[in-house]
Amino acid sequence: MQALPSVNLENPHARRARAGAWLLIAPLVIWLGLFVVAPLGILVAYSLASTGELGQVEFALNFDNYVRVFDPIYLKIFGRSIAYAALTTVLCLVIGYPVAWYIARQRPVVRNRLLLLVMIPFWTSFLIRTYAWIAILRSEGLLNATLSASGAIPAIFPEPLALLYTPTAVVIGLVYAYLPFMILPIYGSAEKLDHALVEAAHDLGAGPLRVFREVIIPLTRPGIAAGMLLVFVPAIGMFAITDLMGGARVSMIGNVIHNQFTKALNYPFGAALGVVFTLLFVLSYALLQWRGRRRDRG
Amino acid sequence: MITIRNVTRRFGDFVAVNDVSLEVKAGEFITLLGPSGCGKTTLLRMLSGFESPDSGEIWIEGRDVTRLAPYRRNVNQVFQSYALFPHMTVRENIAFGLRMQKVPADEMRRRVAEAMDLVALGGYEDRLPHQLSGGQRQRVALARAIVPRPAVLLLDEPLSALDAKLRHQMQVELKRLQKRLGMTFVFVTHDQEEALTMSDRIAVFNRGRLEQLGPATEIYHRPGTAFVADFLGDANLLEAEWLAAEGDNVRVRLRGGLEIAVARAAWPGAATRAVVSVRPEKVCIAREPVAGAENGFQATITEEIFQGALDRLVVRTDAGTTFSVVVANESAMMEAFHEGERVWCGLHIDDLVVVPAA
Repeated sequence: MQALPSVNLENPHARRARAGAWLLIAPLVIWLGLFVVAPLGILVAYSLASTGELGQVEFALNFDNYVRVFDPIYLKIFGRSIAYAALTTVLCLVIGYPVAWYIARQRPVVRNRLLLLVMIPFWTSFLIRTYAWIAILRSEGLLNATLSASGAIPAIFPEPLALLYTPTAVVIGLVYAYLPFMILPIYGSAEKLDHALVEAAHDLGAGPLRVFREVIIPLTRPGIAAGMLLVFVPAIGMFAITDLMGGARVSMIGNVIHNQFTKALNYPFGAALGVVFTLLFVLSYALLQWRGRRRDRG
Repeated sequence: MITIRNVTRRFGDFVAVNDVSLEVKAGEFITLLGPSGCGKTTLLRMLSGFESPDSGEIWIEGRDVTRLAPYRRNVNQVFQSYALFPHMTVRENIAFGLRMQKVPADEMRRRVAEAMDLVALGGYEDRLPHQLSGGQRQRVALARAIVPRPAVLLLDEPLSALDAKLRHQMQVELKRLQKRLGMTFVFVTHDQEEALTMSDRIAVFNRGRLEQLGPATEIYHRPGTAFVADFLGDANLLEAEWLAAEGDNVRVRLRGGLEIAVARAAWPGAATRAVVSVRPEKVCIAREPVAGAENGFQATITEEIFQGALDRLVVRTDAGTTFSVVVANESAMMEAFHEGERVWCGLHIDDLVVVPAA
């Protein structure tokens, strides 16, 4: 028997093993450094800079940009973004949950076909699909044409629905865009749920609502949490849909940041908004994790 | 307690349960026994309410429950996979049914504690199902199903996931528990030994039909069909041909050529052919003619298999009929029979069961 492997760094085996380990994680470290740490560092550096008279960035340590972020105008936009994203998340959950549950309860062949249907929209460019919605929602669009052809316009609605360039259109666009991100993780949880548990709960006297609340929801909670995160986080920062479907009228935080970089050319302020925005996510994610862990401990 | 009347259930072209009628008495331990796909589980699921019959009626406690939702029936089930709620502790699992019945908190606490004592699970209240062994999970499933005091407890192969030793132990415990509670148990299994050990009555199913219903001893000693004789225990099933009536007996020729006498009363009507079922342990083997046996003949031992407590022999009669025979092995070594030996065999007429030819 040889001696136990030594931790002595002079041991050539140990040294080689360490070098090998570093080599293995090197791609990850490089990736994180290049695409996470460095951009965030640049963002923070810019956010602390100021804009010169000619619009040039002057690096200096000042917090004016952060003070400006908390200007009521921007706070209102932050609030609105959170509200829209939250509404989108809730709507996606309400629409997506039954869909995911239904798919999960089908035979495997049917299940795979239905999942394919959920994913087919990804084959087309996101922008094209958004323009398609514009064609549907316009005042002379598909929806209004159908409504007037069916005679509903004079009967129920006094005039063509003015949907496009309203908050409603934005939320429709957001829900449409992010629905698959809600359906897929919930499907993942629902598919794993043993149907005997549902039967056991029924057997013990629980009606459909009780079973849903006491068994189905708790056991699909990981899917629900993942889906909510996957919808809420990108929805809050989305600017293309708000731009196209909300016109200039419905601006969200994504649009403001986008504009600081592309139109106002105020990089430092845009960066400050971005940093606050990122912190907001970290905070909400930490909160979600913390609540989840507390629940696991009972 | 339970009345099942002409119940049929089809899945597409497959008739899972075919015109089954069955009465279960209060406090009875009845076992639905049969091979997989025989319809026993489907029948159980119609009792719990997860399936509805295509035709026929099911009554429980004088109430027509044929179309009643599972959660409105006074019936609980122990699932084959146990189906314990993974996100609830042992205590929460057991209390689930009581909570649905809105039983007051202190009564609930008392009854849960009682049930846990009953299945010897004290000290495991706060464990989650995944922290328990298979046997313990089984007990939780049992406690959860009995604690709401259902009129009928349905058990769907609950012991099949346990190892042999634990299974034997649970068989005895289940039977004891059932007697103590005086509860009606409907137990589904494909394991004949389980059925024989625990049941007051056994209902044998084959291809969706109720093949035979009766006490364990009757099913074992007086099987009504070749299927039942074969499914419960071992049986030498030998095609027999009617030769002549001899007083109260019938002279028949068995497959292979051996001629024996069977009781006239046992012969199915006017048939010319039938099947004689002989349990291997009912064949007497000796070195001289067997006294008192109506049928005696000589044979040669062609095979000998040692099985611990038992010795299994295959004998071939001079006429050419082969029997499987089981003899107790406790007799001294020198008494043991060996391959190639010539022996005398004896069959008592009372031990011969005649069932209709398939």
